[in-house]
Amino acid sequence: MEYKDYYNTMGVAREATQDEIKRAYRKLARKYHPDVSKEPDAEERFKEVNEAYEVLKDPQKRAAYDRLGGQWQAGQEFTPPPGWERGFEFGGGGFTGADASRFSDFFDSLFGGAGPFGGFRTTGGRPREFRMRGEDQFARIHITLEEAFHGASRTLQLETPELDAQGRRTVSHKALNVRIPPGITAGQQIRLAGQGSSGVGGGPPGDLYLEVELEPHPRYRVEGRDIYLNLPLTPWEAALGAKVQVPTLGGRVDLSVPAGARSAQRLRLKGRGLPGHPPGDQYVLLQIVVPPADTAEKRRMFEEMARAMPFNPRRHLEA
Amino acid sequence: MPNRTTVVIAGTTVLDERLSLTLGELCRACEVSAEYVLELVSEGLIEPGGNSPPEWRFSGRALARVQTILRLQRDLEVNLAGAALAVDLLEEVQRLRQRVRALEQLFEEL
Repeated sequence: MEYKDYYNTMGVAREATQDEIKRAYRKLARKYHPDVSKEPDAEERFKEVNEAYEVLKDPQKRAAYDRLGGQWQAGQEFTPPPGWERGFEFGGGGFTGADASRFSDFFDSLFGGAGPFGGFRTTGGRPREFRMRGEDQFARIHITLEEAFHGASRTLQLETPELDAQGRRTVSHKALNVRIPPGITAGQQIRLAGQGSSGVGGGPPGDLYLEVELEPHPRYRVEGRDIYLNLPLTPWEAALGAKVQVPTLGGRVDLSVPAGARSAQRLRLKGRGLPGHPPGDQYVLLQIVVPPADTAEKRRMFEEMARAMPFNPRRHLEA
Repeated sequence: MPNRTTVVIAGTTVLDERLSLTLGELCRACEVSAEYVLELVSEGLIEPGGNSPPEWRFSGRALARVQTILRLQRDLEVNLAGAALAVDLLEEVQRLRQRVRALEQLFEEL
């Protein structure tokens, strides 16, 4: 097991006061809280910060941790020295309300169920009466826009740390088949009842919540259930109007472009967005593309147009 | 550590507007008291359909909001008003981020 440098994790000196530690925690918690942060490793960092704070905020645990000495490096192979815990009392033998299953083996070996200060450790050989609902768990799930439209299924490999009735840590492996219904949107959550952490002492399991993230799509942009697509048009299609085929998530559809269409004009294909109640729409943004004047013949035609239809698109800038 | 692997076909519930939870169901799902939910309702953080607590129905979005508020209160030690403000701002930020991404992509294509 690896040594954890809790002071380094919190960015404070070994001599830091309890107030300084609390301030550092508040700051880091705001920065890395998974609900708030968009840092890619936010969840991992938040866990580490919480574990460090769990030890450093409690003067007794901190003193016990400090007794390990400052010569350890983070990541170094670590075994607690025998008898290192002597002289500390953790009144009542419970750690302070935190969910130990979230913490590292290092924490567990010092303060967890199997460790010398374990919360659920028993002295008389019989486990203490203890019943608790399992923790809810949260995870993100990435899906493509096509999967959001058609629905999808995923097999999630879950490794769940659990505490058994004796407070011992075990890891259960679970393959979870999840069906994602059509019409899910970014940020929406899926609840899997009873698939969170197991309860302790016969308590019911917690729930698993999956938050959906949509992968960026090369063609479409998404806002809620609405889909946006850029549609290039020739100048004559824009001027004269045209019937063009437009891709949507559900297949190609015909779209009538009105005569005199402008660049950045927005046309709506009602109900062609992500399915739902009501379904989203697809918006088509017109984008007029001028063909290159790369031959003598094409140049001549552009010059002919300039003569035949004089046009000043900058009139509004001249006043 | 003992290892075991179980394969589970999970029943999924999407937390959207179609989901309808009673006060009791919301309390059980979030492990909170009815008094706590009443406080959230009176603060205007979640808005149930129905006229009185026995008739109240909460959407999946309300459930997701309560979960987030609980996490913020627990982890950042903010009070209810602070958590409420944060949740509103986070939803706004998420909406704006999506819009910025969409606009950036639009300009790349032009």
